[in-house]
Parts: sequence; C-alpha cells; structure tokens
Amino acid sequence: MSKLLEVNNLKVSYHTYAGEVQSVRGVSFDLDKGESLAIVGESGCGKTVTSKTIMGLIDTPPGEIKQDSEVLFNGKNILKFSEKEWQHYRGKDVSMIFQDPMTSLNPTMRVGNQIAESLIIHRGMSKAEALEEAVKMLEMVNIPNAKERIKQYPHQFSGGMRQRVMIAISLACNPQLLIADEPTTALDVTIQAQIMDLLKELQSRLGTAIIMITHDLGVVAGMAQKIAVMYAGKIIEKGFVDEIFENPKHPYTLALLNAVPKLELKNKEKLVSIQGTPPDLLAPPKGCGFASRCKYCMKICRIKYPEVSTISDTHEVACWLQHPLAVKVDLAEDIRREL
Amino acid sequence: METKIDKELFEVVGYDKEVSDAIVRPSITYWQDAWRRLKKNKVAMLSMLLLIVIGLACAFVPVFSKMDFKEQAIELANQGPSKEHWFGMDELGRDIFVRIWIGGRVSILIGLVGAFVSLVVGAIYGGVSGYFGGAVDDIMMRVVEVIVGIPYMIIVILVSISLGKGLTSLIIALCITSWTGLARLVRGQVLQLKESEYVLAAQMLGTSPMKIVLKHLLPNTLSVIIVNLTFQVPGFIFAEAFLSFISLGVQPPYTSWGAMASLGQQQMAYYPHELFFPAAAISLTMLAFNLLGDGLRDALDPKLRQ
Amino acid sequence: MAQYILKRVGYLILTMWVIVTATFFLMNTLPGDPIQTGTKLLPPAVEANLKEKWGLNKPVVERYFIYLKNVAQGNLGESMKSPGLTANQIIKEKFPASARLGLQAICLGVVVGLIFGIIAAFRRNTWVDYSVIFIALVGVSVPSFVLAALLQKALGGKILPIIGWPSENIWTSGFKYTILPTLAASFGSIATYSRFMRTSVLDVLNNDYIQTAKAKGLSKWAIIRKHILRNSITPIITMIAPQIAGIVTGSFIIERIFCIPGLGMYYVESINGRDFTMIMATTIFFSFFFVISIVLMDILYGVVDPRVRITGEKR
Repeated sequence: MSKLLEVNNLKVSYHTYAGEVQSVRGVSFDLDKGESLAIVGESGCGKTVTSKTIMGLIDTPPGEIKQDSEVLFNGKNILKFSEKEWQHYRGKDVSMIFQDPMTSLNPTMRVGNQIAESLIIHRGMSKAEALEEAVKMLEMVNIPNAKERIKQYPHQFSGGMRQRVMIAISLACNPQLLIADEPTTALDVTIQAQIMDLLKELQSRLGTAIIMITHDLGVVAGMAQKIAVMYAGKIIEKGFVDEIFENPKHPYTLALLNAVPKLELKNKEKLVSIQGTPPDLLAPPKGCGFASRCKYCMKICRIKYPEVSTISDTHEVACWLQHPLAVKVDLAEDIRREL
Repeated sequence: METKIDKELFEVVGYDKEVSDAIVRPSITYWQDAWRRLKKNKVAMLSMLLLIVIGLACAFVPVFSKMDFKEQAIELANQGPSKEHWFGMDELGRDIFVRIWIGGRVSILIGLVGAFVSLVVGAIYGGVSGYFGGAVDDIMMRVVEVIVGIPYMIIVILVSISLGKGLTSLIIALCITSWTGLARLVRGQVLQLKESEYVLAAQMLGTSPMKIVLKHLLPNTLSVIIVNLTFQVPGFIFAEAFLSFISLGVQPPYTSWGAMASLGQQQMAYYPHELFFPAAAISLTMLAFNLLGDGLRDALDPKLRQ
Repeated sequence: MAQYILKRVGYLILTMWVIVTATFFLMNTLPGDPIQTGTKLLPPAVEANLKEKWGLNKPVVERYFIYLKNVAQGNLGESMKSPGLTANQIIKEKFPASARLGLQAICLGVVVGLIFGIIAAFRRNTWVDYSVIFIALVGVSVPSFVLAALLQKALGGKILPIIGWPSENIWTSGFKYTILPTLAASFGSIATYSRFMRTSVLDVLNNDYIQTAKAKGLSKWAIIRKHILRNSITPIITMIAPQIAGIVTGSFIIERIFCIPGLGMYYVESINGRDFTMIMATTIFFSFFFVISIVLMDILYGVVDPRVRITGEKR
C-alpha cells in the first residue's frame, strides 16, 4: 500500500536582509491514509514551515525549497506542481487550519459563503446547493442553529466556534489529509479539549489523515498515533506515541516530557524548564543543535551531527548517546532521580 | 555501518552556558535603533539635507547678498534668469533670488510656528482628555468631532477676514483647527498606554510611576508626535500659499512663497520664471517634509525594530 | 443601524449649528461699517434706511436668532453688493458649474487613485510601484493651483482650451473645457487615494484570511475579487469626505485660474468685495455640503462593514 504522504529530505530556507535562514534542514517522515501524526517542537523549530510546504503556501521569494527536497502525495511530487495543479490540490486533497481563528476568517464575508466557496470550486456545486451543504457542515461540527448561523459573520461567533467553522471549511470537500497548525493554542483550555475531541471524532468518521502541529505534548497524547519531534530545523526523534512517551531516547524529547506541569507536583517541586535558547538558524551549528543545552553533551556533539539510530522499526532518534562508544545513560531513570 | 570515531570525542562536557544563553544580536536603545534605521533611508536623509540647506539659505543669503528684496529697478522688470540675477526679476524689478529666501523665512516660519502651536495645544488637550477618561474624555472628544466637521480652509478664511490681514492673525487662523489631529493621536496614545500590558508589567515589577512615564509612555508618544509634526509643517506652508492666492495671506512689504507664486501666476503666460521659482520652492520643501516624515515614521515604528 | 444613523444626523445638526453661529459672530465682529464702504458718504436718511433693512439697528444677539431662524428655513439672506439678488438665487446660478467640476474631479480621483493603488500593491517594489508612489508624492507636495497653472501653460492653447466653461447645457456640453480643470482638481485625490489604497491592499494581503483563502484552492483572481478588494476599499471610504473638502476648497483657486463661473470663484470675489451676507451664505452652503458628505460616508461605511452594521457602533 503506497503511503499517503512522503516527505523526503525537505530543506527550506528564507532569504532575509540578514542572510539565509535555514528553517528546515533535511526533514523526512511519512504518513499512511487515516493516520495521525503530531509534529512537536518549540517556536522557530521549523514545524510550521514544513506544514506550509505541504500546502504550497511558502512564498518563493523570499522562501526557497531546495532542489533535492521531495514531497510525495499519493506518489506525485507536489513540489513540481503547476499553479493550476496546486489550486486543485489545496482544499480538496489537503486542507489546513490555522492557529488564530479570529484572523483566519474574512470579517466581511458571511460564514456560510466562506464554507460554500470551496464546495463551489472543488465539487462544482451551485450556490444554493453549497449553502445547504454548509448547513450540514456546521451541524457536523456541532454548531447549533446552523441554518441561521450560516448567514452570520465571523465576529458573531466565539473563538471556539470560529475554530469549528474553520474545521468545517477545511473538511467541506473531504480531503485525505488535514493539517492543523496549533489549532488550540489561541483558545481557552476547556475549549481546547472540545476542539480536540471534535477533531478525533471527525477523523474516525471521515477517515482523514491528520498532521497536528503543536508545542503542547498534552494535546498529542490524546490525539496522535505517531510523533515527530523537531528541533532547530531537523527531526531529532520520531516514532509511535507510546514508544516515545515511555522510552524517549533524545535528551530534548525527555526535557519536553518533563516540562509538562503535572497535576501531582508536590508543593515545593520546581517547574522544569529547559535552559538556554535554540540556535540561530542564520548560522546553524555544525553539530547537534541541542548541544549547548544538553547536560549529556559530548565533544563530538558539538562538531558533528549525530547519525540516525533505529531503536525499533518505527522508532528513530538522532543522538550521539546511541553510539556504542558513548556513556550509557538511562535517560528516564536519570531524570526521575533528579526530581 | 559505523565510521571510525575517536573514543576521546565521547567525553561528556555538559551545558555550554556561554553559547546557549548568548543573544545573537547586540541590543541597542530605541532611539539609537531609530536613528540607525533613518540613516539607512537615503531618501529621507536627502530630504533632511535639503531642508537644512533651504533653512540655512533663508537665514543667511539675504544677510550676505548685495541685493535688497524691496529694491525695485523698473527698467529690469520681468527679466529672466541671468548671471547677476540668478532667478531673474519680477514685475516690479525686484531680484527674485533674494526674495525667494526672504519669502522662505516667512513661509517656513509659519510652518514651524504653526506646527509648534498645534503641538502644544493638541498635546495638552489630548493628554488631558486621555488621562482623565470617562465623561471628561467623552465631552472633549465630541468637541473635537464637531471641529473636525468644519471645513478647515473655510474657518481659516473666515478668521483671517475677521482678524484682519497680517502675519499674527494668519498664524492664529491657521492654528485654530489644526491641533485636532494631534489631540486625537496623543489621547489615543495615552489611553493605550494607560492600559497597556507592559505598563502593568512594569508596575508589577515595582517600577515607580515616574519611571514608567519616562521610559515607556514618553518614547512611544514622542515618536507619534514627531511624525505628525513633520507632516503638519507642509500643511501650513500650503495653507499660507493658498491664502496668498486669494489675497488673504501675507501682506507687503513682507512676502512669502505663496504671495510670490500668486503674483507669478498672473505673469505666467510671458514670464514663467516668476511663477516657477516660488512654486518650485513650495513644492520641494513640502516634498522634502513629506519624505522625511515617511522616513521618520518607518524609523520610529517600534514594530519594525530589527 | 437606525440608532447609528440617528446619531450621525444629530452630529450633522450640531456641527451645522456651530458653523452658523461661528460664521455669524465672526462676520459681525469685523471692524468697520458694512454699509459705509462706498466711496461717497451716504446721507444719514439713506444710512438709517439701509440699517433698518439689514436689521443692523438691532442688538447682535437678537440679530443672531433672527438669522438662525432664517437659515433653518433655508433662507440665506440677500446679497449686500448685488441688491435684489437673494443668496439662494445666486447659489443656484453659480453652483452647477462647481458641482460638475467637483463631481468629475472626485470620480476621476477615486477611480484612478484606487486602480493605481491596487496595481502598485500587487507590483510591489517594481517600477510600476515606484511610479505610482512618485505620482502620489507629487500630488501631495505640489499645490493644486500650482499644478493648474502648469497644466494651463503646458497643455493649454492648441491642444486644450486654456480657460472657459460651457454656459448653456452646463452638464452635457463643452467637455473639453472641463478636462484641464478636472485634472488639476483631482490630482490631489489621485495621489492620496493611490497611496492609501496601496497601503490598504498591502495590509489586507498580510492578513491570515488571505492565507485561508489560498489554502482553499481559490485562484488568484478569485482571491482578489472576493477577499482583497472588499476589505481594502472599506477603510478608504471614510477618506472620501476630506477629499471632497479638498476639492471644494481647491475649486476656489482653480475656478479663478480657468475662469470658471462657479461658486468657488464667486466666494473669493465676495471675500475681496466684502459682501458679508454672501460670504456667510456661501460659507454655510459649503460647510453643509461638507458635513453632509461626512455623515453620508459614515453611514455608507456602516452599511459596508458588517461589524458596524450589526453592533451599531463605530469601530
């Protein structure tokens, strides 16, 4: 069975006044039909740029997708698409929802029309048919009074409901892949849970594959099957969710897991945060990007990028700690001792 | 497949505090950054240079020139530019070159004084309105709204008529409604900053209110004021020129660029240089102020800080 | 929405009242005697008669209320210098020429300005963009009357008439006479509009919902039509009112330069001729025009921007 999506050695740079910023420095992963993948990392690690590349939303200039990059959707390299092919693909094969529902909707256009737009161009419906379908979409995302709601404007909806509208718009043409770029970051915690539940339900109902971009591991736990952890433009660890959560192999992954505030924190326990800041991608380090913040950093970490090691068929990590010559560390144990 | 790597390289060295915490770009103050950005904007710098040159010329050329701006030599009337009279003569035989710089003094003076008065009145009005808020603010802003509804030129004309001709009444007339823009701006700034998060943050960190005003409120407001001022000056120069065209402007023996342009326009068919030089003076000065204002606005915009 | 309109109309009335009052008191504080401006000294009987006619023997405050009442009824008084003609008559006669000039100028200004602005925004940082910016700068720095004079000199004569205006069929004939004046009067608007439209379009282009539109697979033209245009024109609408004011005041001089028998030229003449009643009447007329355009623009903005329409508040 061919993969739905294959990203091979994706490299994307931005040419700025200060020089070339290498946002994505060789990212590879794949996705099957109906699977869900979470891309996790802090701000600036390249996860948004990666997802935008899959949607073809990178402006070139000032962006540049390097020649040896490949993104295969159902076997076709989308990076070679013509503008017309992109227009057919976007909204129909792959959809995206963005972080801020407040600004992602056109304030002067009725919500119903915004949903109807994609239906009209991709499924050839008439305006009336599209509006009827829009009502059904709103109902699908659990917005009450859908019939009246489609005539309203975005500012008449609350934040959570706007995000539901975004979901409705993106799923209107039943795409095979939905990319959700930090869909809950701008929302209250209780609404976050609702949106995540909605996405899960829709995914199982429609069989859509989902790529979830987030910096919040809590969101990942309930939703994704696979995780890819990104740092400084590269994927440093990837695998199935339970593999990563129970057996993280990269110090960064471990630090992320530990930084999640736990409910059972005892009174005087400090919140764990990761010291230092990510490297400047104008002049990316030759070695491992995490080296300067890693307590296990070895000399070699600073001069050479780690080789990728396979922990299992599905679990990979890029860290020198996996090398036989490195000191043996049981990361999880180590941190538990520290706490 | 393993490549041979020296075992020594696997010695643990841990965190590198220096590297990881180093902030890559040096931090400089707001004003330094703004000045740096302005310097990079060649057009704005050129405009500033031009304005300085014009200002100096207006100040010093009449002092050092042999010609007097009032002196008439009827036999030379309407002559075009020549070696002795670089800009030519006007209809009464007066040297246009000297008159341009004398007239410039008046025009620029009106521009600067007008802008300054607007600034003071507008800033105080807006500051008070914003600071007190509530009903006071509401009423004061309603007043502004009504004033804004009155066509500027018409009020200027009326006030000019009623106050009589002359420089002072001209300036008063020009300033009567021009402060409203600045008042709104300042009020907006004050309101915004009163509530803004970083004032709250500063307060929470224990900074004294005075420090908050000086370090946070002022720079932001100042930059807005500076930009607004730069755009106001050409407005005044234009208004004065307009009034001169309908004979309400500066009266003889004083002259201004507007007055000269008005006279020149009448002679335009046969002696275009009489209109050309004052018109060019007005246009170039206004252009320079506008370009400088644009540059300042970009340089002082905190969101564009690099 | 109705509440919004009511508020705006209230504003209109209030502002007009302020203007009428200000005009009245300014005109009445003028030094000198409006009657004794002729070269000959008038005999006391005639003077008394005239004073009675103009109501100048009554105290200022009483005169004010009489005037206020008159204005409210639409009676703007009589000309002092052209006896027998009422202000309303004069305005009716002179206004059409100015109206045509103004209308043509605002249409040209808005349409050309918008188009230039859109093109400049889409061809950012190319020579097209720079030329538009240049035109905008010139329009803002070169006063319209200077431009008028230059246009006259450059294009007048053989190609286009230097001065003049059709005297009959004011609206339909003599188009070529209107070309130069309209160009001169509209230049400022073209400049302002192209500049602001360019900024507005660039602003809209940066918005997230444009990205959403692209992500839906809309074509470039569809995005321009349905998402960009409407959202970038909306903030520009409120700028029409000041443009109208600019064109009105610009007309004072342009009409003089091109010898157009309009209300603007007449206004300047009454100022120089000290015809106080006409000065007041024309001032009030122009102001009314201006305030009405502000209010109409506000209402139009309310209609176009759904956020205002539904909440009834100005943003």
